[in-house]
Amino acid sequence: MVFWIKHVPGADMDTLTLSRLQFAVTAMFHFLFVPLTLGLGWLVAWFETRYAAGDEKYLAIAKFWGKLFLINFSLGVVTGITLEFQFGMNWAEYSKYVGDIFGAPLAIEATAAFFLESTFIGVWVFGWERLSRKAHAAAMWIVAFATNLSALWILLANGWMQHPVGYALRNGRAEMTSFTALVFNPYGWIEFGHTVLAAWTLAGFFVMGVSAWHLLRRGQDDLFQRSFSAGAAFALAASLLVAVLGDVSGGNAARNQPAKLAAMESVWQTRRDAPYALLTVPRLHGDGNYLEALEIPHGLSLLAFHSLHAEVKGLNDFPSQDRPPVLPVFIGFRTMVGLGTLFILLSALAVFLSRRGSLQDFPLFLRVLVFAMPLPYLAMLMGWLVTEMGRQPWAVYGLMRTADAVSRTVTPGQVWLSLGGFTLFYASLGVVDFWLLAKSARKGIEG
Amino acid sequence: MVYAKLWFVLWAVLWTVYFALDGFDLGAAFSAWLVAPAGGERSRVFAAVGPFWDGNEVWLITAGAATFAAFPPVYASLFSWLYPALLLILFSLIARGAALEFRGKSQSRSWTAFWERTAAASSFLAALLFGVAFGNIFRGLAIGPAGYEGTFMGLLNPYSLAAGLLFCALFLYHGLLWTACKVPGDPARRAGALAGAAWYVLLALSVVFAAYSWASTGLSANFLARKYLLLLPLLFGAALFASKALLSRGLAGRAFQASFLAIAPFFLTGFAGIYPYLLPSRLDPDLGLSVYNSSSSPYTLGIMTWTVAIFLPVVIGYQLWAHRLFGRPLSWEELKKGGMY
Repeated sequence: MVFWIKHVPGADMDTLTLSRLQFAVTAMFHFLFVPLTLGLGWLVAWFETRYAAGDEKYLAIAKFWGKLFLINFSLGVVTGITLEFQFGMNWAEYSKYVGDIFGAPLAIEATAAFFLESTFIGVWVFGWERLSRKAHAAAMWIVAFATNLSALWILLANGWMQHPVGYALRNGRAEMTSFTALVFNPYGWIEFGHTVLAAWTLAGFFVMGVSAWHLLRRGQDDLFQRSFSAGAAFALAASLLVAVLGDVSGGNAARNQPAKLAAMESVWQTRRDAPYALLTVPRLHGDGNYLEALEIPHGLSLLAFHSLHAEVKGLNDFPSQDRPPVLPVFIGFRTMVGLGTLFILLSALAVFLSRRGSLQDFPLFLRVLVFAMPLPYLAMLMGWLVTEMGRQPWAVYGLMRTADAVSRTVTPGQVWLSLGGFTLFYASLGVVDFWLLAKSARKGIEG
Repeated sequence: MVYAKLWFVLWAVLWTVYFALDGFDLGAAFSAWLVAPAGGERSRVFAAVGPFWDGNEVWLITAGAATFAAFPPVYASLFSWLYPALLLILFSLIARGAALEFRGKSQSRSWTAFWERTAAASSFLAALLFGVAFGNIFRGLAIGPAGYEGTFMGLLNPYSLAAGLLFCALFLYHGLLWTACKVPGDPARRAGALAGAAWYVLLALSVVFAAYSWASTGLSANFLARKYLLLLPLLFGAALFASKALLSRGLAGRAFQASFLAIAPFFLTGFAGIYPYLLPSRLDPDLGLSVYNSSSSPYTLGIMTWTVAIFLPVVIGYQLWAHRLFGRPLSWEELKKGGMY
């Protein structure tokens, strides 16, 4: 038996590797639900406001999207607790070392935003007959605002891990010395802008995709055309802005985390006037590139620093133990950027066609939009992969290595158990939730 | 040091409010099958906790995050030392939240029954596990020079299991009273009658637990040193008896308020007993994690104090408003017309 267990691939993984894997699995699962919540709330609030302003048709529309919002919302909430708990469970050394500064934004998120969101979602679900139309719509505006405010505080916490500010090393730990530095950390705000706009793009594509499915089948054309045009406008505005913020994020990484930028582009040589190699093929083991071709002169210097001659640091300048894993970060980044470009094109076309009122003359395009629904999810997961893996080997950039952050008393056996449990449990919840979403989405608008 | 002591109090209060609030929805969920054997009635029991359970559970998130921010070593040690126990609590909370939200999302009867069973079982498990966890904290953990020296099975000692049962009885009584005032008709009648019986169990368990604590833990020392603290257990007893008297007169709503007022001093009694420790050590008192060796810097605690001073009154304000909004029980027609549950 023991012999057998020893020969299962991965059975020799340590607490660190397993804990990282578990955090990745649970965070990514959580993040399947969060972005739709962040974006769809605004759209439901908008639809219901049109109803409150007197356009009766929007009641059914608001309820249809509201129901999908709720199915998605519940799993986002419950899987969020796991992430909070894991800091203590799997990353005890991290929690002890930086809790003095890292705990505060989490506590503020709960008191300032999470209470608001959770209380008013209850008011919204059960209060249809107890509030005026305007007050009821206001409850959804509050929910939408609160979910986005939640994201701000979480990303300020993550922003601190990316770019620690406002602390001093005292009493054997990092202690907060400036709350304003933490709150106005540009890294956190840029992450917030990029993440939230990406989430709005995702919600826009979700609304377009579901509407397109119904428009292909006809029957409720008017209601779904209205939904579609709102979703398309939202997606276009958000996907354009997300690209702007993406550019800012890249520049930010170049200045503050040069190793991350080098991994994103798989750049090995430090050079001024750095070109951008459109075709780059990194080696599998992260020690250089097989191929760099189709170079655009000055391209990378321009992208990273908005200057033709700026120096871009290459991975060769970092000792190998200070480099992030190159291949996944590189592939993740290129996938995200490619998809982001696609989203702009698709949503621009969607806005154009829905304005002309000729959407249904292009069934192929509608079908493409149905199949495009998962793509923003993929783009967001890739974005997080770049952010978090690109920060490695650091838990807190330049301050604490991930290897030093893991709990010392937790055994690999315990994490195997929890990782297995989470995987099975989450997979079944995910299947059920997806089935419910699909069922409600297909049902169409009632009344 | 003033801040650290203040935060011990706030920490205790946050956990207390969490239990006083989530206690009723945990209890109402795990007693739903007892008071409403028929599916239609049971739906209304679950609808009665529907608007509140999520907002109640945020008190747990806040209590957890406040532990992290104000006492990082406590957060880190407790959660990593008791890893399997925390995992079980986490699973039961996730199952419960998913079940409460999924149960009404499909019309099939077996679907609803499955998720209601899941909600009841996971609510019971959560109540029991919280009791066992706090029982172990009140009793003192096996903290040695090298950290936690106990085992997972060691957490299931008789004293902590007694605490687990007491938590369940407390939340059962609290939840039954909630059902009694929020689900008119047969469920209210049955819940009222059951609450009357559950009260005696609760009283008996409270007496046993108090005696057990006196005999086998260090909880009594603080009360003997500072006699005024005895007011807390006295308040608990008084509110418990007042609740029963009100229930006997058919005033379920008032009885619920009294049980709310009983839960508060119950938990505060426990926290007053372990002060200045948040995690007392059973092996050597000096190894316990206390306000003196485990708090965040005064600067951070100052920021946190401002945070709760500004936001918590607002939170309490809109949560009270929500309770007024749903003061009148939700009717069947209303739920159907809303179409969301």
